[in-house]
Amino acid sequence: MEFSYNWDWGVLFCLAEDVEAGCIGPYFYWIAEGFGWTIAVASAAWMIAFPLGSVLGVLRTLDKPVLWVVPFVRSPFYFRTRAIATSKGVITIDIAWFLHGISTLYVTIFRNVPLLVQLFLWYFVFPELLPEEAGTWVKRGMPMPEFWTAVMCLGLYTASRVGEQVRAGVQSITQGQHYAAMAIGLSPVQVYRYVLLPVAFRIIIPPLTSDFLGVFKNSSLALTIGVLELTAMTRQVEEYSYQGFEAFTAATVLYIVVTAIVMAAMAVVEKRVAMPGMISLGAK
Amino acid sequence: MEGFDYHIIFHSIPFLAEGMVLTLTLMLLAISGGLVLGTLLALARLAPMRWLSFAAGTYVNFFRSMPLILVIFWFYFLVPFILGFPVGDFYSVLTAFVMFEAAYYCEIMRAGIQSVKVGQVHAGEALGLTYRQNMTYVVLPQAFRNMIPILLSQAIVLFQDTALVYVVGLRDFLYSADIVANRDNRLMEMYITVAVVYFAMCLWGTLQVRRLQKRFAHD
Repeated sequence: MEFSYNWDWGVLFCLAEDVEAGCIGPYFYWIAEGFGWTIAVASAAWMIAFPLGSVLGVLRTLDKPVLWVVPFVRSPFYFRTRAIATSKGVITIDIAWFLHGISTLYVTIFRNVPLLVQLFLWYFVFPELLPEEAGTWVKRGMPMPEFWTAVMCLGLYTASRVGEQVRAGVQSITQGQHYAAMAIGLSPVQVYRYVLLPVAFRIIIPPLTSDFLGVFKNSSLALTIGVLELTAMTRQVEEYSYQGFEAFTAATVLYIVVTAIVMAAMAVVEKRVAMPGMISLGAK
Repeated sequence: MEGFDYHIIFHSIPFLAEGMVLTLTLMLLAISGGLVLGTLLALARLAPMRWLSFAAGTYVNFFRSMPLILVIFWFYFLVPFILGFPVGDFYSVLTAFVMFEAAYYCEIMRAGIQSVKVGQVHAGEALGLTYRQNMTYVVLPQAFRNMIPILLSQAIVLFQDTALVYVVGLRDFLYSADIVANRDNRLMEMYITVAVVYFAMCLWGTLQVRRLQKRFAHD
């Protein structure tokens, strides 16, 4: 077994083009820039994923009817509706049932298609399905189309994962809390806002952390549509310098360092926001 | 959706099927390899030897903080280097998947082993079983059985992850579709087909997992 590879860690510190030193490009800045894009894609995607996922997760927990009265409609609906027979044709619709259905459909679709395929659909197919002008704008007019497509795709995909965590968090709270909140006269929105969600979000801090790290790692998929993020840049260094292992090592170290920092930070946050006696709530 | 060409899909079915065979082969081999290595890692993580559990823990944390694409690139270049001769892209990528997935399977099997009641281990010891016999005949079969739904969920994740071999140009299902799409300039048709096929297969898998979970809950 022969491992003949000329290690040259110097390439990682190429600050400018210097052919004699083996630098065909400023590799250091390439990797730094790639790291910046990785952080940018991951953070922007999380900005979409977290709020949208929270809403989806809450909707997924709506198993009790929330009725909505629609006057002057002559019941074209036959799903979970109750028509009150008046001459004005008033009916009540269980909107919770619809919202629950829509969010379930969303989660099912986004979780059962590989992320890379989703990315291609957004990048290559989505502009074709739009009206012609809008499609052209998405393809050419929009600034940084690859970046924003990657952000949107990752954000919408991760939202489905966050949604599942939020749902699990809410459902892990004992029903008694819900009933108690209703008994003191809180509206459904208040029940979630003041009682269920503050506890649920605390419970799901660890899985949410791994979801965030998931976006961070998945942002590497953006290289397939031409976003020059960290992994893409190391690949480029490999192609230019033939010193791929050094570049991969640099990327690996950066990924590990960020992961370690995020995990440490979230452990601190978890401790800070912990409520006394919360473990019993989480364990159910 | 005007001009959606169905013919191209029908014509490329044999070609896509070849890709699907590669995808499924890769998945099955990666699951088998990952499960074996993952179980060994889980045993190492729970071993009383400090250094052994530390080493296994480091391995798991290392691979869990790396994106799969980067792992694929690593092994794609590393495997031929270590062996000193080219082994073909498939085996390099397979190595990457086995090493990567083992980290995840390790965590699942660790939870599985910990879900086996301590009394079972003590009973095995009381019967005079050695550590190895105790693990193979008493603990692991139960751990494995308890974790079947989660192992299957992970298998679905792995199935979706195999699409990433696209980055090194291995001709799996997605890449085959991509070839046709670019050759005939039919991106929309091919990508939608790919998405629908993946969706149907994963949904079927998810439903099976849910059915199993229900059955396990009843036991």
